[in-house]
Amino acid sequence: MLYGKRLRGLAVASALVLSVAFALAFFYAPLDADQGFVQKIFYLHVPMAIVCLGGFIFGGICAIGLLRTGDRKWDLRSYVAIHLSLILGVGVLLTGMIWAKASWGSWWVWEEPTLVAFLVAFLLYATYQPLRFSIEDPEKQARYAAVFAVVAGAFVPLNFLAVRLAESLVHPRVLTATGGTMPGAMRLTFIVAVVGMTGLFVTLWKYEMASKNATFRLRALRRRLGDDELPPARRSAAPAAPS
Amino acid sequence: MIRVALAVLRKDLLVELRTKESVPAMALFSLVTYVVFRFGLDRTSLEGDLAAGVLVVTLLFAAVLGINRLFVAEREQGGFDAFLLAPVDRSALLVAKALALLVFLVAVEVVAVPAFVVLLLGPAFDPAALVVLALADVGIAVIGTLASALAVQTRARDLIVPLVALPLLVPLVIATAQGLSPLLSEGGGGLDAGWLAVLGLYDTVFVLLSYAVFDFLLED
Repeated sequence: MLYGKRLRGLAVASALVLSVAFALAFFYAPLDADQGFVQKIFYLHVPMAIVCLGGFIFGGICAIGLLRTGDRKWDLRSYVAIHLSLILGVGVLLTGMIWAKASWGSWWVWEEPTLVAFLVAFLLYATYQPLRFSIEDPEKQARYAAVFAVVAGAFVPLNFLAVRLAESLVHPRVLTATGGTMPGAMRLTFIVAVVGMTGLFVTLWKYEMASKNATFRLRALRRRLGDDELPPARRSAAPAAPS
Repeated sequence: MIRVALAVLRKDLLVELRTKESVPAMALFSLVTYVVFRFGLDRTSLEGDLAAGVLVVTLLFAAVLGINRLFVAEREQGGFDAFLLAPVDRSALLVAKALALLVFLVAVEVVAVPAFVVLLLGPAFDPAALVVLALADVGIAVIGTLASALAVQTRARDLIVPLVALPLLVPLVIATAQGLSPLLSEGGGGLDAGWLAVLGLYDTVFVLLSYAVFDFLLED
């Protein structure tokens, strides 16, 4: 399958939407009455978090594809999605900490259930790469990673529920971060930012898929040409080329 | 399936009785951990949320020791192959192993909970805490079995087990610690049905989830 198809258009569109989103965030959306300018990080942090968690769940769904069909292309899809989400996850935690420092005065706030739940999910997914890396047989690696991705994907919503429960039994949250009380201009900016971030994720995902597939095909072609100089594949957590 | 599961469970318990590989080590570990907490926290007696936290964390880490070893004999002595060759339902192995781990945990708690009451707990022990612990044990047994089965085929088994199991157990720790904390404080409230429900629900979800994915961990 050609993942490079329409990649350029998609990349341009995502870059455009993201730029529009940030332009809207700075020039169109009103200043937050309570937090002031700092609140602008919301248009980066929250879309990134949503897309990151969506990527984890997408990785889980692709993993179900592998378990059902046994086709290793699903493993690659799942791996790339989770890998990208992990990178986004670092960004979410960093921007979250900056926001916490600016608006609550400390770098980490354990009372904020969403941030804590995100950290737990992130720590779980951080095991994904070591787990893959320590299984040598590629077929087994794909299957075990898929089981992990399915379990972890189901865990993400449960975890958010449980961590939120731990707080809400103490003091209920009336206003949620993404709640329905946002004024129209803010909401529009937020939605554009989510769309842009999703576009960025899809672009990067397709780009990585195209690159991995091209590498695999190049190796296969060189092997068929009888290239003896072919260096052995470097050991990595990434899925190996299907043979 | 139940007959097969019981046969494997009987084998596991027999092996544990004869080799004494897991339970004594887990029990000893929890006692040592109490001593470590006594000096780490510099308290001679605990109550309330601190007591609940120490008890939950100790039992959890003791459980990780058992989880690490759960499938080792199967892998090293060809038990997996023999099980796959036998014309039986693969889920039976999950059921048997989870039950075995549950028995181990209960056996450890028979030692570790009274020891906690004697060594560290300030207020009187409320037996209702056993209900919370029982539900927590079910969750640890199921999630532990899943994590163990996932990690046993890797080269870094001892590292992967805690890294996978502990984040998955965080919601369980929250519910257990919150549920235990009023029971372990001086004249604090009774059993909180809300946290019991959370524990029960979490256990149920993971029983179903493990049942759904476990077969894929055995194919070969």
